[in-house]
Amino acid sequence: MKHLTDYILHLADNALIMGQRNAEWCGHGPILEQDIALTNISLDLIGQSRYLYQYAAELAGNNATEDSLAYLRTEREFKNCLLTEQPNGDWGQTILKQFLFSTYQLYLFEWLQQYQDERLKAIAAKALKEVTYHVRWSSEWVIRLGDGTEESKQRMLNAIDALWMYTGEMFIPSESEMALQIPLDRIYKQWDAKTKAVLNEATLLIPEKVFMQKGGKSGVHTEYLGYILTEMQYMQRTYPDSEW
Amino acid sequence: MKATEQNTSNNTQPSMGAEEVVWGILRSINDPEIPVISIVDLGIVRAVSVEEHHLVKIIITPTYSGCPAHDVIKMTIQLSLLENNIKNFSIEQRLFPAWTTDWISDSGRQKLKAYGIAPPNHTQAVCTPEIFQKEESVQCPHCNSFHTIMISQFGSTACKALYKCEDCKEPFDYFKCH
Ligand SMILES: [Zn+2]
Repeated sequence: MKHLTDYILHLADNALIMGQRNAEWCGHGPILEQDIALTNISLDLIGQSRYLYQYAAELAGNNATEDSLAYLRTEREFKNCLLTEQPNGDWGQTILKQFLFSTYQLYLFEWLQQYQDERLKAIAAKALKEVTYHVRWSSEWVIRLGDGTEESKQRMLNAIDALWMYTGEMFIPSESEMALQIPLDRIYKQWDAKTKAVLNEATLLIPEKVFMQKGGKSGVHTEYLGYILTEMQYMQRTYPDSEW
Repeated sequence: MKATEQNTSNNTQPSMGAEEVVWGILRSINDPEIPVISIVDLGIVRAVSVEEHHLVKIIITPTYSGCPAHDVIKMTIQLSLLENNIKNFSIEQRLFPAWTTDWISDSGRQKLKAYGIAPPNHTQAVCTPEIFQKEESVQCPHCNSFHTIMISQFGSTACKALYKCEDCKEPFDYFKCH
């Protein structure tokens, strides 16, 4: 049971942090339609995180609620991948981060919708429909920017430099992923093929021999997580027991 | 928020046809973001049953995971039941099978169109991860032209895409297949 709870929390944290990062773009998008697109994606992700936190809260017991899990855990208790907490940077970096993460979610949820746990299966099947939009939208933007102007291409190359070192962690199994037999090697193969195809179309090269950072799944984060948590949790900590 | 909420006080006596009464109440509740279509027409209400001790059970499903209207809908159902003196009820949120625009009724589609939102196409063309797909041909709700182009897959709410009509030049929302 502990493994399932931990794993659900990991999925919830991924979705919440990614969603909250995207929300930072609200009102700042390059054009109105893309501002709306990113906030729509943000809302989908935060909605997914709520289903997951609600489930985790039931599993965890001890009066845990979706609010206490999202807003009262400390940095070391968060289990999200390092990729999700990275700063937005410019539009290119935000797009690339979304693409790398959504593609991972796509293949993971495809697999999870066949999983033996009914509740997780239902959440994955529902989320998958939304993630499909995210993958399509972000991959089209990766291509548009990579195969765009000299400047947009350079910015995508910078984004790859900034983010690639955080992609490996998604596929390194944690204790709970091992216990639940999540086939990360298989999901990696699908992710790798899709990522290569899109980056190739975008005339961007995948870097070789990058040292991969890890730690997020076990609560050891980059400096960026603490700041976003502070901002996100301030309301709950200032006005205890407020609800979604 | 709990997935199931129970209100166990019991001083009402739903009579025969009690389920129909509840359906009637639910049909009078409109979606808060598209206030011309009821939550029944949208396919959000999945089941209604009246069980022992007149316990009214309602099963609802959200459209999109992050739809902010969903909590409002749930609260409105509770208030409407109470206003109709139904106090013994439970509202369960069910995620599976996932909501689809296939469940929007024909009258719901007509109401959307009359409101200026292109209803989902009958042949479900749901989004796939394939890039730069040919977009669905969507009929303009204002002038009925099929000469329209998609501006963005993401519109003013999660369930809509943004389109523009090349004939009457009006922008419009398309309730995208999902
Ligand atoms: Zn028109």
